Amino acid sequence: MSIDIEIPPMFNKHLLGIEGMTREQLELILELTDRFAEIGKRPIPKVPALRGRTVASVFFEDSTRTRLSFESAARRLSADTLTFSAGSSSLSKGESLRDTVEVISSYGADVLIVRHNMAGTPKRVSEWTQASVVNAGDGCHEHPTQALLDCYTLKQQRGSLDGMSIGIVGDIRHSRVARSNVLAFTSLGAKVTLIAPQTLLPDFMENWPVDVSNVFDDVIADLDACYLLRMQSERQSKGLVPSLREYAKDFGLNARRSLFLRKDALILHPGPTNQGVEITAEVTTDERSIILDQVTNGVSLRMAVLFMLLSPHESTQMDEVK
Amino acid sequence: MADRERRMTPPFGGVFVPSARVMNRDDMRRAIRRMAHEIIEKNQGLDEILLVGLQTGGVELAQNLARELEEIEGRAVDSGCLDVALHRDDIGLRPVVPEAVTNLPDQIDGKIVVLVDDVLFTGRTIRAALDAICHFGRPRSIQLAVMVDRGHRELPIRPDYVGKNLPTRIDELVDVTEEGVDLGVMRK
Repeated sequence: MSIDIEIPPMFNKHLLGIEGMTREQLELILELTDRFAEIGKRPIPKVPALRGRTVASVFFEDSTRTRLSFESAARRLSADTLTFSAGSSSLSKGESLRDTVEVISSYGADVLIVRHNMAGTPKRVSEWTQASVVNAGDGCHEHPTQALLDCYTLKQQRGSLDGMSIGIVGDIRHSRVARSNVLAFTSLGAKVTLIAPQTLLPDFMENWPVDVSNVFDDVIADLDACYLLRMQSERQSKGLVPSLREYAKDFGLNARRSLFLRKDALILHPGPTNQGVEITAEVTTDERSIILDQVTNGVSLRMAVLFMLLSPHESTQMDEVK
Repeated sequence: MADRERRMTPPFGGVFVPSARVMNRDDMRRAIRRMAHEIIEKNQGLDEILLVGLQTGGVELAQNLARELEEIEGRAVDSGCLDVALHRDDIGLRPVVPEAVTNLPDQIDGKIVVLVDDVLFTGRTIRAALDAICHFGRPRSIQLAVMVDRGHRELPIRPDYVGKNLPTRIDELVDVTEEGVDLGVMRK
């Protein structure tokens, strides 16, 4: 017998940002990630769940961890992968973004993992393709899978983000990681403090449910977790900070300053680190640092995301009821 | 079936309406005891036996079987659990639920794996379980114990230990809880 069924929208077709996601959706992904983490520990860390599906990574900006972790996530789920990187493509011959997207879609991609230096590109791409689109970082806008894996890593350590006090330190103005994390952390019940010189704070943050401090040393002792952002040295020509040395002195987490951080606090960084600027080598390997856990969890979290995007979300025909 | 899995299993939002109680608590207890004896008889003891409950319906049954085996033989038996959702050929029809964890011993090479599930129907879950087990190692043999065999097999799979053979219509449902086994249908 055949029945028409509606599958509840556990997840949207695309993952474009943390904005617009409900707390239930965030929690469901974090819960499912545990299951995929277990697969990574098996003797053969591979399941046939996404056999025959194709995951294309479409990166117009450089990346090590995001691209590699998405691709290993896809392979652990037995999906095929296609890789596009801007450097070695027909972009240099004047191919437009839309052409590129249409070509990749016509090779049968079911998911496009998109990174671009212009905010909003993944959204635009989603209008041109039947595939699901995952935002892997767009300009200064969002980087949702980074935020999800940060939440997962914190949850792994503490059980829940509810009531945690998390400080995000550094170049918030240019950071898509900060934007996604503010939304994700607060949605899951954490209290967020942005710590940066006034010049590195965004102009529009009235609606953000966060506290702000311009002096790291004032608030460091209150933090349960300290999230350091990469100092984007490519933006330093704008003169937003006098010098990297001065920034490191006031906002870098060095061995001396880390003494003021509580003994049970956690240190996170999305990578890659600028050692000696926002963090020093000895703090990276401090026992409070969970930076390596973040990297490991990236694969499991992205497996959960790919799986949820590719499980059916529209009305499906089925022939069997157990 | 765990409540959450039931809520997410098609047809979604359906309610199980029982029409007949097929086995009660005592019937199930006796069936488990008999299956335990059969497992010991067939394998001449419990050496190398590993009970694997299939998520989610088979896990509690596997625990009950393990308890029974321990009582009979006076020694503990290895057990674990396995979720096959990601090995199925009909992904999406059955949900992947967060609480359905997989937990097997590190070493299963050379073991006699006894898969345990509540209801045997098309055989597709078992096929997926065979695949999954082989990802963990190379057991000496794999056997199958189910509380209810309701027929309608779509694959050449047969159980080694059966609590009850229950002829059913294909649109009926079999629900196994700790209270007993019910036959019924799913209503919107």
